[in-house]
Amino acid sequence: MKQKDSFADQIWMFFASVKLTVYTLVLLALTSIIGTVLLQNGSPEAYIRLYGPGLYNMIQVLHLDRMYQAWWFLLLMVVLCVNIVVCSIDRLSATWKIIFPKNISVNPRRFENVKNRQQFECHLPMDRVAQQAKQVLAARAAGKVIEKTGETGLFVYAEKGRWSRLGVYVVHASVLMLLAGALIGSALGFKANLRLDEGQTADTVFNAYTRLPIKLPFTVRCNDFQVKFYDTGAPDEFKSSLTILENNQESFTEDILVNHPLRYKGINIFQASYGATTPDEAVFEITDNKTGTVETHTIKNAGAVPLPSGAGSFIFEGFLPHYNFNGHNLGEAFIGRLDTTNGNNVQIVLPTRFPTFDKMRKGRFTVEVKSWDHAYYTGLQVTKDPGVPFVYTGFLLMIIGCWVTFFVSHQSVCIGLEQAGSGNTRVWVAGRANRNAQSTNLTVKKLVKELKDVSGK
Amino acid sequence: MNSSLLLSAATFIYALASVFYIGSFSFKKQAFARLGFWVIVIGLVANTCGILLRWLESYQMGYGHAPFSNMYESLVFFSWTAAALYVFVEFKYKESIIGVFVSPLIFLGIAYASFDPSITSKITPLIPALKSNWLIAHVITCFLGYAGFALAFGFSFMYFIKPKDAGTISLFAKLPEWDVIDELTYQMIVFGFLFLTIGIITGSVWANSAWGKYWSWDPKETWSLITWFIYAIFLHLRLMRGWHGKNLAVVSIIGFLGVLFTYFGVNFFLSGLHSYA
Repeated sequence: MKQKDSFADQIWMFFASVKLTVYTLVLLALTSIIGTVLLQNGSPEAYIRLYGPGLYNMIQVLHLDRMYQAWWFLLLMVVLCVNIVVCSIDRLSATWKIIFPKNISVNPRRFENVKNRQQFECHLPMDRVAQQAKQVLAARAAGKVIEKTGETGLFVYAEKGRWSRLGVYVVHASVLMLLAGALIGSALGFKANLRLDEGQTADTVFNAYTRLPIKLPFTVRCNDFQVKFYDTGAPDEFKSSLTILENNQESFTEDILVNHPLRYKGINIFQASYGATTPDEAVFEITDNKTGTVETHTIKNAGAVPLPSGAGSFIFEGFLPHYNFNGHNLGEAFIGRLDTTNGNNVQIVLPTRFPTFDKMRKGRFTVEVKSWDHAYYTGLQVTKDPGVPFVYTGFLLMIIGCWVTFFVSHQSVCIGLEQAGSGNTRVWVAGRANRNAQSTNLTVKKLVKELKDVSGK
Repeated sequence: MNSSLLLSAATFIYALASVFYIGSFSFKKQAFARLGFWVIVIGLVANTCGILLRWLESYQMGYGHAPFSNMYESLVFFSWTAAALYVFVEFKYKESIIGVFVSPLIFLGIAYASFDPSITSKITPLIPALKSNWLIAHVITCFLGYAGFALAFGFSFMYFIKPKDAGTISLFAKLPEWDVIDELTYQMIVFGFLFLTIGIITGSVWANSAWGKYWSWDPKETWSLITWFIYAIFLHLRLMRGWHGKNLAVVSIIGFLGVLFTYFGVNFFLSGLHSYA
């Protein structure tokens, strides 16, 4: 009579079921789609503009704007983990008994109805064939060869890959390891951005999500930034030369490129972006349209020069990496100021890509940027993730586990011998495997061939 | 002789192979399928030489990188992996008619690369993000995975063509036994799953050295994970719940739709970091 399961048993069975695994995986797959089509980590304004205030409310309630960190998505992962743990505990004791049996029992009956079973007769006495069979089997199988005498004759048995039944547990453990690594990373790590002009130093970065300052265990200085282009105009290489300073002492200097980060004291510094920044000085050409005088001046940042015929002064005020003109990005632009003695004081913008831009203003003085030294800032990404070693261990375990689970099987082969009269022996060969039947069939075929060869048939 | 010429030749050879396989299927002529196999082998040789020559050409142009850097090159490589895997499977299982749905896939990959005007076949220099030793490992493993899934898809399709009842006289040639199709589909998915797993992992390790994070829920990453989930479901249903046949074939087909979206859909419809291919 079957006892009624207690409530605890039912819960246990619920979490041990493969059905739960399948449903959880289906839900994870389906919900993951949302985050790839819906804007993630956007600002409220962006959501309202894209989806309207009504839908934005729903997005907020369900945390769809940060769905991969949302409680319900994490809950699905937790369910998957509990499922893996409970299911593994549930099955492991049975698997363990198979993998490490007290004594291997050979039951020739299990090989009676195997599809790959082959039978033949050879003209040798049984003990001679048995000897040959043991040798052939010992050469093929990894484990030791077991001999057993039955009612009808003799059986020779060997097996390999019993341990491979553990592979699937390794795969499942690797999933737990990965998620543990991810958890450690999100609890103890950070991702931050750092913008450094050439020559600038910093020891504090700002968290990419919370914008909170994070103090680094060292100071970093950008000595130089270089960008190289191919002939086609496509970017070839971004390179920042960084120096690490500790206690106001230079520790070391290293170049970082995309794919070649700097890693020091658990902190990683990556080349992420770059941009133009205010040059130290530039050469300006000032034309007095009234008199036709043209003067060229090299002006330092924030410096001023007198205008032709003492009409006032021109000041180099600043620099914009992206100048927005009526909704168009005109690229890099210098900002200057014309302060004339007749009381006119205007700010002028000089996009470097359009040298005659200032003519359109139709003023008395026209200014043009002739040349300047390009100055850059480097955009660095600074991260810390103590979970990475766990994640990488998980990766390794997953590959090994998958390989063992799918490509190594627990194979056993049995050779049966029976006296067939007049010194002949009837031989059958059959093999079983927990998976990958194809390779077992092949083993049986090869064994039959070898046996026939050595017994002179 | 240049690589584009060789690769267009491969396209037409694969087209011919598809014609033979489909002809063999429709007219019940086994000989056509045998012929189709050798034509695919010739196509594979042309495809291989084309890829190697393109590699050499990129060195001659001074760029010097493996031909895995854009959509054109990835499609050519997709056809190569699918063809190579198919040749191996037919050679091992000695079932020729199974190529009927696979050979058109091999042809379509490389044909799409050649005929879509928006896909340029020009050899271009590597952008900084792709300059890494991980490029070759990541691309090869991902595409071996894709090839396994493509073949599984081609095999699963047979469930919807082959009459259930063995006694029914079919319009088409004799397809392999059910258990052979079942075994083949499973083997291909296991192969694809292992390599997709390694592909995601190599991509992840690479991302950690290029972008500073091993996982950032980029659309390409997320969709590869969705595909991984679908095939994980397939494996659990088959190994633990005893699913087989048509129902399981549906899961395999859904999985391949996931592959297609990861490969093409993400680049066409969604924007992200993985914009090269």
